[in-house]
Amino acid sequence: MNEMLKNPAVLREIIMDHYQYPRNHKLTEDDSYKKRHMASDSCIDDITVQSKIEDGIVKDICFDGVACTIATSSTSIMSEMLIGKDVQEAMKLVENYFNMVEEKDYDEDLLEEAIAFQNVSKQANRIKCATIGWKAIREMLQESEGEVNE
Amino acid sequence: MVNVKEIRKDFPMFSNNPDLVYLDNAATTFKPQCVIDAVTGVYTQMTSNIHRGDYDLSHRISTAYDQTRTHVASFLNAEEDEIIFTSGASASLNMAAYGYGLTNLREGDVILSTEAEHASNILPWFKVSEMTHSKIEYISLNEKGELTVENFKKAMHEKVKVVAISYVSNVLGYINPIKDITEIAHEMNAVVFLDAAQAVPHMKVDVKELNVDFMSFSGHKMLAPSGIGVLYGKKDILEKTDSYMMGGGSNARFDMCGNLLLREIPYRFESGTPAIEATIGLDAAIDYLEKIGLDEIQTREAELKRYAIEQLSKLDNIILYNPDAETGIITFNIKDVFAQDAAGYLNSKHIAVRTGLHCAKMLVDILKTSDTIRASLYFYNTKEEIDRFVQVCSEITLEKCIDIFF
Ligand SMILES: Cc1ncc(COP(=O)(O)O)c(C=O)c1O
Repeated sequence: MNEMLKNPAVLREIIMDHYQYPRNHKLTEDDSYKKRHMASDSCIDDITVQSKIEDGIVKDICFDGVACTIATSSTSIMSEMLIGKDVQEAMKLVENYFNMVEEKDYDEDLLEEAIAFQNVSKQANRIKCATIGWKAIREMLQESEGEVNE
Repeated sequence: MVNVKEIRKDFPMFSNNPDLVYLDNAATTFKPQCVIDAVTGVYTQMTSNIHRGDYDLSHRISTAYDQTRTHVASFLNAEEDEIIFTSGASASLNMAAYGYGLTNLREGDVILSTEAEHASNILPWFKVSEMTHSKIEYISLNEKGELTVENFKKAMHEKVKVVAISYVSNVLGYINPIKDITEIAHEMNAVVFLDAAQAVPHMKVDVKELNVDFMSFSGHKMLAPSGIGVLYGKKDILEKTDSYMMGGGSNARFDMCGNLLLREIPYRFESGTPAIEATIGLDAAIDYLEKIGLDEIQTREAELKRYAIEQLSKLDNIILYNPDAETGIITFNIKDVFAQDAAGYLNSKHIAVRTGLHCAKMLVDILKTSDTIRASLYFYNTKEEIDRFVQVCSEITLEKCIDIFF
């Protein structure tokens, strides 16, 4: 793994940067996109994630909403990591991310900037923030896998 | 005077959590030992079901249960048969809205409320209005988010059959002018449904003086266990209210031909085995509150609130939304920091507060934000706790909120 990604100051910078300048931060009217509105009673984060999954490839991901630093930056990082990946690969990255957050075994080398959320489980009540966007994409990936199999 | 040092000894949560500053009392409160003992006493000495048991033990627990009803009635200056036990404020609000609304509202009737209500006080009416084709209208709040008698008068008209509002708003903590509102509503033949979940724990509430028709609150916000709440209803209004929850306890006799003799009020509204231990816990909680005195409690909370506002006002990174509210609810934000991030930082310093998302447009227009942090006090909080809270607030920056993850 990139040595830089072991430096807390760098990781903090990554979160700040993705919070202040979130990537793919817009929604589209294009109805070839799947869409998930993520909001729960236990958390005030409220985001919508959209994805275009075609021919087994994640062609695009975008999101918008009202959310905290952790929810915004983790979703922004997710979008950058997964765009261009095929569904299986994307699924593998998503599962690996959840394994990290849930303190199970995971592969550090697959995480890229998402390693910034390595310690999120220490603030147990914020796990939901770090996973809100990832849950949305997981659902949409699963749905697209179902569609291929049909 | 409230001797807070002594009082805190009654609450095991304090000695078990010496680092914690608990400022989420509007969500729920800590329980004093006497309430805990009342609950465990049911388990260790009185376990049996209430009513109809043909043995001494059941008679004993039934007496303790019935005594709570007598106690709640005197606490509110109500009659005993006007007190219905429920599982909490939400259950009370639903019971009243459906039970009265579905049988008494007609197409074109109006339910008058505000955009500052708790979900449990407005969502049941969404449903009732849909089912009865009645309409919900909202009273304008003033620029501070207060409900004024003047604005209420403006919103009132002869189609209004129900007025559903809170005594104290859980968002902004203002005490609404209920007595005046009830008088006007009654002159125009509207029935007043009061959500008193944030009032009854904090001040003397007299239903005869307020003259409301229904009133709801929860035990757990006033030192009692969760699982017990109260619906007060005026006797003549309860006569016109349907008891939609049917079963054991609500009927006196029935047969398979469909003949049914309902029990008298209030029992017909209480089907099934209730939260007996929680109810008996509520009895102990009211005892405890009465010993301190509700007026004392209100005075102390107002004083703590004033002190907190004074201290918070000195900080330049704070936005206060309700500095004038008389109750212990402090709604605020840290400048340029999302509410949940700031609350996360406070949590990392063992200070418990709650964030809230406001979806009502009117409220967003007044607050100029959709999300806020709420710190809510109870009489057992101290100035030292407020000092710690203010100190931590003064330190909050966006960077620090992210630092807690490293
Ligand atoms: C004003 C108000 N009404 C109703 C409720 C609902 O109470 P419960 O959750 O105990 O049913 C609350 C609780 O937060 C409240 O603050």
